[in-house]
Amino acid sequence: MIYPLLAIFAALLGVGVTESFIPSLASLLRTMTAALCAMGLAIAVIFLLFRLTAAGLHLPFGPPGLGINLALDGLSAFFLLPVFLSGAAGLWAARTEHLSGGPLIPVFIAGMVLSVLAADGFTLFVGFETMSTASWLLVLSYGEPTAAVKAGRLYMTMAVVGAMALLGAMAVGFGVGGDFTAWRAHPPHGAAAAGLLALLLIGAGSKAGLPPLHGWLPIAHPAAPAPVSAMMSGAMTKVALYVLIRFLFDLAGHNPPLWWGVPLLVLGAMGALLGAARANFETDIKSVLASSTIENIGIIAASLGLSLIARAAHLPSLAAMALGAALLHVLGHSIAKTLMFLVTGAVDHAAGTRRMDRLGGLVHMMPITTLCAFCGAASLAALPPMIGFASVWMVFQSLITAPRLGSFVLQMLMPVMALLLACGGALALSAMLRLVGATFLGRPRAVRTAGAHETDFATSLLFMGLAVLCLLLGLVPGVVLRLANPTLTQLVGADLTGQFGLLAITTTTSGASYTALPVAILLGAILLGAILILRRHPAVVRRGRAWDCGYAAPPMFMPFGDTSTQYGATSLTEPLGRSLGVPLFDWQMSTTIPEPGEIGPARFGVVWYDPVLRFLHAPVLRTRDWLADRAELIQRLTIRRTLGMMVLALVVLLMIVALLEQSQ
Amino acid sequence: MNSPILIALFGLIALALHVTVLAIGAPWLLGYSRCLQARLQGRRGPPTLQVFRDLTRLWRKESMLAENASSVSQIAPLVVFAASATAALLVPSFALGLSTGPASDLILIAGLFSLSRAASALAAMDVGNWFGGLGVSREFLLAFFAEPVLLLVFFTLNLVAGSTNLDHIAELLRTGVLGLRLSLGLALAAMITVALTEMGRLPIGNPSTHLEVTMLHEAETLEFSGRELAFIEAAAMLRFFTWLALLAAIFAPFGIAPAASPFDWPLGLLSFGAKMLLLATALVFFEAGVARMRIFRVPELLGIALMLSMLAVLFLFVSEGYT
Amino acid sequence: MIPTPDSFGQFDYDMAHLLEGTVLLFSFALLYQRRLYAVIQTYTAQALTVAAACFWQAHVQHSADLFATGIVTLLAKGIGFPWALTRIAARTHAAGSVEMSFGVFPSLALGLFLACLALLVVMRIPAGAALTRETLAMSLSVLLLGLAMMTTRSSAITQTIGFLSVENGLSLAAIGVPGMPIVVELSVAFLVMVAFIVFGIFFFRIRAQFDSLELHHLDRITEAPE
Repeated sequence: MIYPLLAIFAALLGVGVTESFIPSLASLLRTMTAALCAMGLAIAVIFLLFRLTAAGLHLPFGPPGLGINLALDGLSAFFLLPVFLSGAAGLWAARTEHLSGGPLIPVFIAGMVLSVLAADGFTLFVGFETMSTASWLLVLSYGEPTAAVKAGRLYMTMAVVGAMALLGAMAVGFGVGGDFTAWRAHPPHGAAAAGLLALLLIGAGSKAGLPPLHGWLPIAHPAAPAPVSAMMSGAMTKVALYVLIRFLFDLAGHNPPLWWGVPLLVLGAMGALLGAARANFETDIKSVLASSTIENIGIIAASLGLSLIARAAHLPSLAAMALGAALLHVLGHSIAKTLMFLVTGAVDHAAGTRRMDRLGGLVHMMPITTLCAFCGAASLAALPPMIGFASVWMVFQSLITAPRLGSFVLQMLMPVMALLLACGGALALSAMLRLVGATFLGRPRAVRTAGAHETDFATSLLFMGLAVLCLLLGLVPGVVLRLANPTLTQLVGADLTGQFGLLAITTTTSGASYTALPVAILLGAILLGAILILRRHPAVVRRGRAWDCGYAAPPMFMPFGDTSTQYGATSLTEPLGRSLGVPLFDWQMSTTIPEPGEIGPARFGVVWYDPVLRFLHAPVLRTRDWLADRAELIQRLTIRRTLGMMVLALVVLLMIVALLEQSQ
Repeated sequence: MNSPILIALFGLIALALHVTVLAIGAPWLLGYSRCLQARLQGRRGPPTLQVFRDLTRLWRKESMLAENASSVSQIAPLVVFAASATAALLVPSFALGLSTGPASDLILIAGLFSLSRAASALAAMDVGNWFGGLGVSREFLLAFFAEPVLLLVFFTLNLVAGSTNLDHIAELLRTGVLGLRLSLGLALAAMITVALTEMGRLPIGNPSTHLEVTMLHEAETLEFSGRELAFIEAAAMLRFFTWLALLAAIFAPFGIAPAASPFDWPLGLLSFGAKMLLLATALVFFEAGVARMRIFRVPELLGIALMLSMLAVLFLFVSEGYT
Repeated sequence: MIPTPDSFGQFDYDMAHLLEGTVLLFSFALLYQRRLYAVIQTYTAQALTVAAACFWQAHVQHSADLFATGIVTLLAKGIGFPWALTRIAARTHAAGSVEMSFGVFPSLALGLFLACLALLVVMRIPAGAALTRETLAMSLSVLLLGLAMMTTRSSAITQTIGFLSVENGLSLAAIGVPGMPIVVELSVAFLVMVAFIVFGIFFFRIRAQFDSLELHHLDRITEAPE
């Protein structure tokens, strides 16, 4: 099955090149690329569904003595799902859009495919960096130049730091040569293993949005065009997680120490809380969604950490449950987040802004989009019966059956982690309600918003498809778990066979079960019954001015009433800001209330900042600028000195080689 | 008596009886608590059956919707009701082993409550006036503090009973093999706080307030009338009943009957009725003695509940020893 | 009766455990209460619970000594100290609101951390020792929380209450040990009584000197020589 995937990879690159030469074909080419991604999705599903045997491929070009090694196994096939799904949906939504960076989108997807299929460190790195660079260029190519450059600079710095850490991780953990098979045979021990873990958490973690390097996501992801944002949040973060899983579960051997999972668990739970908290204070829809990505990546990472701990404690069934939960959440989040970013694109297109304090009332103008956004938001907020709830249920189940692991400190850690994740869950719900409430409900807050229109038919079909997928997979999460089963067997030595079916997911340890379909049927039946009764005995419905506790009618020149009296994005989380925003984000509110008789508007403003950006990212940025200044010096050298430097570099490298020869 | 078909049949009949108990008991219990509250305040108060009359009156009246209300205003109340009713069906009342028993997972029940809360928030934001937004913003604050407490209580229960399935927990605690546990006591206190928050009772909220700025859940329903309001009110009654039933099922599962033996049902019904009456009475007496807190003091109360639930987990570790 | 981990589920043991837990709960309550009268009332409740635990152990262990200790606890700590504290509060006009130097959430977090610490320390003791780990964990937690109260509170009266609750933690441990001689109990009680009187005199001196019971006034004394 790897050959067709290789063909798709090549075709993606080809499409990108073609589009850059013949831009007039963009629309056709993007439709084609979407079709290519759909084919790739089908291949991955078939591979997983029929449990086909893993396949490897060696290409005789690339680094000498190594070549390019590709492999398709359960894990990489599973992670192809979000990549292709997000890619297909994003390209379909972008098919008529004019994007100056258009040709880069297929290259971006190709980079993700290559990272997932890679079977040696070099290829993985090439794929990862292709993905990084393409998405960086896409960020730069879009929107207001100053903002794009600012976001691009931050993103590039983080990408470079991540890339260096990733290279370092590979070098520390496994040395220079060899493909994954060779690496697997010699897993790192002791300090090397610890170094691998630390560097991976920086390298892959910064790309995925794990704390403490998560601060850039809500700035850089929104800067790209909506379909690309969708792919960055929906697919690229998952590729970073894939790298984490590939290294920590697979390449680093099957018996690492118990504490290996702890950093991942703690960072993940912290990310869940911090991301969800930040999502409640951002005012740009895309920034809210990117913050929510941090939260979801945190949930996945915590579950992965738990799975590692359980595997080290020789509890394969618990490890399988936690890993299964993580994989289910990977797919569920990818679908829901892609949907929400694309919906944001449609809103941006229709209403001309993504700022929630200028939107509102879109439910009247864009009913289908609104309905789909409700589904996506419900899934991201982990409400039953959406797919988000199924995976979060599994995460919590594995977390609360876990406390009998390891030492007493570890045992005490579990309730604290559950606490952080639960806080994150509650905050995710409020962030999503705030998002849909401020954007789609209420009254339009700007005249331009009142003139919005529904998106075109084909795009709304896509939205409906993704929304239905969120619901259907939520009703029968067993389908996804079945696709994850080969991976589970491969990585933790047990799978979830017999624990999921059409009706329920069951835990082996406690016998608790999540009966999605029956409960959803019950819920639906009650809902349908109520609707039917209402149909049979229709009530007299009268329309009138909003009651609004008897406040005076708006004046004639305000047909929508004074829309600024509505609770908006900022005011909806004002109580949360006062109690949570103050310690976390130094949230400060200022209100100006003019004296009676004074002519001037009352004003309400909020300032906050993410301390991570100020205390962690800022030093990195300063170092970058310092290094850039130093690098400038080299450019000003005379020709003779430049040549001299090159010779010197050559000599130094040769000396290193000579020394290495000596030592062997 | 032990054939699976018979057991399934009894489960179904018990479920039907459970639905009847819900339909009659939920409004009645609220009516009773209002009546008792009025008596304690020295008023005569409405008769217990007034709640039924209110519901039928709302049902017959016409609905008044705002001009700019979308279909969300019409559908969301139904979702609020459906989610609350589903949760109510999952919490056992007088018998264990109802047909819904295998589905009665605590996390799922919490999820259904969240769904109902989300739907009512959406309904509140639909028209876009500020009372709705005010209610929603407060709802966010309380949920942030209440949710983790609830989860830690589940954590404790799972440690004690080995499952989050409510039927399983109630069965285990009913047989009394666990004895008197400090952790359970702490979990009970924490859960009562969450229940008071979720039901919007004193000292967190005041369900009978008429002052809009002090409202919690009520601020979300101000725009509704007629049948929409009837559904929302019915959902509130169901939630009130369900929370009390949840407390009774976990912390006082005495006398609860197995669904498979119908001869125990009358006793189960009696004891369930007595427990609910006792809980409602205790609640009203408690409310008579406390004042409503400022909204920004509520997080402190819930923080204390959080500490209690955390201590519950900790002491479970102590008492069960280090393994 | 020496409780062992097997004794879980036995009513005698569970009841004792429950009472000890309640004492700890009151310690937490002491940590975050704002008003002085509420603090005094909470302390009273804690002392009464300690007395109840004492009576319960007397009943379980059939020990007259413990019964006597219970009566002393009830009279001195449950009735005497609270009465004196209320009087002092009234006489020094300190009855209003007690300023928190810490805030509710941080002090609760601190309390939880200390309780965790106590558990971690106690976990080293093998199960089934003379003093059960649970009792020891509880009394150590009560003790630590009392110390925390003494350090985080700014008013002299609440600091004294912190000291008294430390003593409650000690007596909780003492009650749990079967065969603790009454002489030890009584001498501890006597020491506390003396300390209490000293504190009382101290209060009135501070009050006369600075017109307040806030302890930061005392800082001036140490800084004075500069």
